[in-house]
Amino acid sequence: MAQVGGDAAIIVEGLTKSFGEVHALRGIDLSVPRGTVLGVLGPNGAGKTTAVRILTTLLRPDGGRAIVEGYDVVRHAGAVRRSIGLSGQSAAIQEELTGRENLEIVGRLYHLSWPAARARATELLGQFDLVDAADRQAKTFSGGMQRRLDLAASLVGQPKVLFLDEPTTGLDPRSRLGMWDIIRSLVADGTTILLTTQYLDEADDLADAIVVIDRGLVIARGTAEELKGQIGGDVLEFAVPDRDRIDDALAAIKPVGEGEPHVDHDTGLVSVGVGGRGSEALIEAVRGLDGAGVATRGLSLRRPSLDDVFLALTGHAAEETGPPEGRRRGRRKGRRAGAEGAGNGRKS
Amino acid sequence: MTAVAEPVAPPVSEPGLITRTGWSVSDTLTITRRNLLVWMRVPAYIVFTVIQPIMFVLMFRYVFGGAIPVPGIKGGYVNYLMPGIIGQTAAFACFGTAIALAQELQKGVIDRLRSMPMSRSAVLAGRLVADTARIAVTVLIIVGVGYAVGFRFENGIVPAIAMVLLAMVFALAFCCIAAYTGLAIGDEESVQAFGLIWLFPLTFVSSAFVPIATMPGWLQAFANNQPVTYVIDTMRALALGGAVQANLLKSLAWLVGIFVVFAPLSVRAYKRAS
Repeated sequence: MAQVGGDAAIIVEGLTKSFGEVHALRGIDLSVPRGTVLGVLGPNGAGKTTAVRILTTLLRPDGGRAIVEGYDVVRHAGAVRRSIGLSGQSAAIQEELTGRENLEIVGRLYHLSWPAARARATELLGQFDLVDAADRQAKTFSGGMQRRLDLAASLVGQPKVLFLDEPTTGLDPRSRLGMWDIIRSLVADGTTILLTTQYLDEADDLADAIVVIDRGLVIARGTAEELKGQIGGDVLEFAVPDRDRIDDALAAIKPVGEGEPHVDHDTGLVSVGVGGRGSEALIEAVRGLDGAGVATRGLSLRRPSLDDVFLALTGHAAEETGPPEGRRRGRRKGRRAGAEGAGNGRKS
Repeated sequence: MTAVAEPVAPPVSEPGLITRTGWSVSDTLTITRRNLLVWMRVPAYIVFTVIQPIMFVLMFRYVFGGAIPVPGIKGGYVNYLMPGIIGQTAAFACFGTAIALAQELQKGVIDRLRSMPMSRSAVLAGRLVADTARIAVTVLIIVGVGYAVGFRFENGIVPAIAMVLLAMVFALAFCCIAAYTGLAIGDEESVQAFGLIWLFPLTFVSSAFVPIATMPGWLQAFANNQPVTYVIDTMRALALGGAVQANLLKSLAWLVGIFVVFAPLSVRAYKRAS
């Protein structure tokens, strides 16, 4: 972790925020060196969005402090706003306006002259592969295009620090990969990025460092590889159709697994970390289960998922969420439900 | 995390007052332009805004009107009705304000704008300026419809213009209330439902459609002492002739009061919107 304030684009110390009885953030520390990507990983309601909203001056913290590009987000909110870009969970664009008009208006609000705002819009439309659609109303755009336009809008002011709150939630896999490419190119240009996500592979692919947040606290931090090491490498998974034989199955795979196996008694799904032993563990498991005479379905070895990270770090699955995300009185229900609806069950 | 050095904050050079004022004006104009563009793209907004008052005009003029005696009104019920309809149209125009702000809040547009280094009041100011244009169009259309069904200004051109201006100031005052409710409630359907709850009693239990003397006593007490009645009585006097001053002063007192209370509340709701 960086220890020198001067090299960090974002510094967060002991940040707390409560909404009535709900403690959304319970003392978070972060440090993001300039030009790097921090992936903030956590389930719905972990406090990710609350943290982003504080860092982008939308919400005042209850305690602790947050510094962005050297400016305190509370005392020098104006200076912070001149340094940052924000792209949230839904496309914050005006659907009745064209792609170009959306970007030009944002440019004007950054106090660019009309010609400069027009030039910047044209430049970004090219960069984000929106030239053909530039003069169509944004409501005719696909979900992926709307998110690209939203991201383009967050870059109009040439921010040094970019906050991306679940930039790919609700996108189809192809749009998601396109978004990753764009994010990588931004990093290459030297932008510092704080990215929240529910997907381990996303953090793995894009982030230099990862923090895992659960119930308002940082429960782990490190590189993707370090976190996977903590989980115990690959995961062996299978279903036991006959629920009465689950205990026999657990006994049979006991020598194979590293750490406690996780059993979902509703589905009969058993999963256990097997470290780096991969196929060897798979063969041993097949032998053991066969020897015990336990019938299984869908025996497989897979890369660890966010659920596995959470099981390993917290003992509870990712969807057993803690406090609701940082919003007052749940007024964003509509928006959240919309995002989930569009997600086609991609949320873990 | 240890010993994070006191960050070397670059000197904060906040722009001067003149620059900031210039930005506020330019931000407000940009937001106004954006809102007007949206309305021009969706003509249905304006069409639906005027269809409802047109239906009221037709219903009250031709269905209920015959049963509503308005002694002493020059030109009969249609002349009594039209200032009321125009007042109600002006009041209902604020639905558009509340719904648009609630939608922007839900879609995250307000988050985006609040995270930008732009004027804190421009989103609301730009909304109200654009609303003024929308309300002017709507009110003039309804005046035209009134003329088509027999309404006439009986008091000369200057008072007629004054009536339209009063209707617009009245509409803007209600837009301020609506801006606050839109941002404070932040959910389109709830905002709409809440709008009906406060606007229906205010506009119907007033002198807009029937003389208050025909109402039961307890209702008269409310109808006689609420702002919509003062405004519509003033508008009627401006349109048809009659004593203006007392009702105009009461109307202005109410409207100024509404601005003084709800403009700061709206700005505060915008700053805290989440």
